[in-house]
Amino acid sequence: MRMCDFVVRESISTELGANTKEGVIREMIENLRQAGYFKGNDSEDVVKEVLRRETLGSTGIGRGVAIPHTKHAGVDRLVGTVALSRKGVAFDSVDGAPVFIFILLISPKERPGDHLRALENVSRHLRDDSFVRSLRQAVTRDSVWGLLEDQEHRS
Amino acid sequence: MLGNTLRRSITIVNPQGLHMRPITAFVEVAAKFKSRVSLCKQDQMPIDGKSPLGLLGLAAEEGAVLVLEVDGPDAEQAICALSEILEKPSFDD
Repeated sequence: MRMCDFVVRESISTELGANTKEGVIREMIENLRQAGYFKGNDSEDVVKEVLRRETLGSTGIGRGVAIPHTKHAGVDRLVGTVALSRKGVAFDSVDGAPVFIFILLISPKERPGDHLRALENVSRHLRDDSFVRSLRQAVTRDSVWGLLEDQEHRS
Repeated sequence: MLGNTLRRSITIVNPQGLHMRPITAFVEVAAKFKSRVSLCKQDQMPIDGKSPLGLLGLAAEEGAVLVLEVDGPDAEQAICALSEILEKPSFDD
């Protein structure tokens, strides 16, 4: 599984407007909706599910990165999006530091293996300091996509 | 190394596998102990048990066998507390 297989290119944002946990999650899911995902009230339901997951424990896993996620019947395959915040957002992360890189994942309900492999893939890239540095500095959707593609060729 | 090294093989029984909730719970508990903690899939390199990003790389599905190794002055308490998390059959997510 490659990150380019599940990240929806048209939904990538390099300039998050939101500066709260809920605001970031809403904005990222809206970006996916605008890219053609989720029907009817599904996007609001996905927002609620991702926020509910955050109440169980933050997905801010340190090093300025968070991976908010949920499983939802509104998708039939794993979809993800990437968003960057210039100022950083308080996200109750394990290390208490603000988050600059957000990778949101929505998995189908009954595919735990795909979800685990996506987490494996994302975490492998995020352990690469130079990738994280370059991603944080990316200013266009195309440059983020280019970094994801380069990373796949290197791994 | 002071203290002692303890090792235990654990089979993941959670149908959702070792997802982010058990991993963050594991890291939070591991951080309370002085002992060095590592976790690995059979025949793979051990991963620092206090690194959430590292542990997410395990992608351990239901049925995966993991080797938990704890080394340090509080190893006995640590291996009990950490095994309990890995052996849980479910975690909210």
